[in-house]
Amino acid sequence: MIFLQNTAKRINLAWTPGHTSVAIVIVALAVGFLPFVKMGLVANGVFLGAIIALGAIGLTLVFGILNFANIAHGDYMTMGAYIALFIMGSLLPQVGIESSGLGPFTFGYSLLIALPVAVAGVAVGAIVLDVLIYRRLRDRGVNVVVMAMASLGIAIALRGLVQIIWSGDTQHYPRESRQVYHLPMDVRIPPDAIFIAIVTIILVVGVYLVLTRTRMGKAMRATADNPDLALVSGIDVQRVTWWTWELGGVLAATAGVLLAVFQAQILPIMGWKFLIPLFAAVILGGIGNPYGALVGAFVIGVTSEVSTQWINPSYKPAVAFAIMIAVLLVRPRGIFGGGRS
Amino acid sequence: MGLLEASNVVAGYGQTEILHGVSITVEPGEMVTIIGPNGCGKSTLMKAIVGLVKVRSGIVRFQDTDISGYPPEQIVQTRLCYVPQSNNVFASLSIRENLEMGAFTRDDDYRSRIEEMFRLFPDLAMQPGRKAGTLSGGQRQMLAIARAMMLDPVLLLLDEPSAGLSPAMMGTVFERIREVNQAGVALLLVEQNAREALRMSDRGYILVAGENRLEDAGKDLLSNPEVARLYLGG
Repeated sequence: MIFLQNTAKRINLAWTPGHTSVAIVIVALAVGFLPFVKMGLVANGVFLGAIIALGAIGLTLVFGILNFANIAHGDYMTMGAYIALFIMGSLLPQVGIESSGLGPFTFGYSLLIALPVAVAGVAVGAIVLDVLIYRRLRDRGVNVVVMAMASLGIAIALRGLVQIIWSGDTQHYPRESRQVYHLPMDVRIPPDAIFIAIVTIILVVGVYLVLTRTRMGKAMRATADNPDLALVSGIDVQRVTWWTWELGGVLAATAGVLLAVFQAQILPIMGWKFLIPLFAAVILGGIGNPYGALVGAFVIGVTSEVSTQWINPSYKPAVAFAIMIAVLLVRPRGIFGGGRS
Repeated sequence: MGLLEASNVVAGYGQTEILHGVSITVEPGEMVTIIGPNGCGKSTLMKAIVGLVKVRSGIVRFQDTDISGYPPEQIVQTRLCYVPQSNNVFASLSIRENLEMGAFTRDDDYRSRIEEMFRLFPDLAMQPGRKAGTLSGGQRQMLAIARAMMLDPVLLLLDEPSAGLSPAMMGTVFERIREVNQAGVALLLVEQNAREALRMSDRGYILVAGENRLEDAGKDLLSNPEVARLYLGG
């Protein structure tokens, strides 16, 4: 049970020689398999991995600092995707801003307005939920299983809310069809994927800078490392908690919008279904380890995409879990062995 | 009026009551040591004073303010700082980051304070970017004390500062503790290494089973044959 695993909870930002050797093994394995694999699937997996990474980094930070598995994280993604849909599909057209094409992308300028609004909405929503629900539970000293179950309830409630407001039908952002880029080895990259890659890189670098350069980021790492010592050092743990939700919410909302763009469709269940690769990436990377989540996300993204070459695509989540279990059998604390016992 | 006055403190964990009404005082600038057998409630008393364990009855006054209901982060801001016995550094943070976290509640420029700590604990100044988790036991202990010193405490609580250290390192740590005290910081110390601690201390308390047993000047406790036999290992 992942919810009971109360051991590893340290935000580990040090890149050690051990990490290098693990990375080399992963790269070597990947290169070894390349000749047998359709490169198009690999490319697809990399972009999927980028989206998983955004969700997983937020999830692992919340896990590390607040010490519970936030099952609602996938539905925070869904909320982000739907808020952006509302802005792009309803609000902006009503005030007369029609989505015109933006460069080579399928979406228009309106996405650049919708994305920040969705991000702000989810970040604020995450804090509201903390104040209304999680903080009350924390103050009563409930254990991690209760917290996880509460987040499961929130996940279901959020999904219900989305269905009430936007219906359960498949929808999509306003889009124009675009030529995909044809690269050698039968790799086709949709222009939107370039956008996904750029946003992911910016956010990953941003999170790194926040955690290593800002006072609040350092306080987050300190709180994850040693909550009692954080308290007696005078760190305002409540504020740290809120900033953690902010960061997690920003990353989740962005991941949700990018996923809706990448899949060219949006469904109330999309975030919920994404939980499996998210948790697989988090656990694979070692709970509380943002680097691990990043690497784990790409491992999960690429392998589950590539598996569709031989296996029915509906088994993708099963592949993600199989990989996670296989890795944990060898390295019980994840690829990078982050955290303490 | 004492700097710290804890009277009839009752505290514990869950159903278990550990302290059954303990009273201690610390005067400004004084060094006070609490000794007693394992499980007598020394560490619990420390935690109750800094707000990590709830004070169920009794009162803790610090500089004439009742702090017994305050949360830890508020108590710290009254310049009453605490070094826990174990896990007393942020292991995954660098030395400098640990000190920055010690200064979290300070809004002013605390860089000069960090430099002061580096002067007081030269071991820490050599590699300020080094992860605290990779430090030796003694270095960790000094970092833990330096972290707690960042808020310029009036009273510093030290829980077993010599635990797990080699005899040589113990000497160094005690030397630093003495320096901290000589700089005017009042100290309340819990220590297994009772002889050494009492020798340095102005006064000592002996705690048994969550109650006060004895209170006297440090050297008088050391020369008391009954104390020596029962609590100092002969």
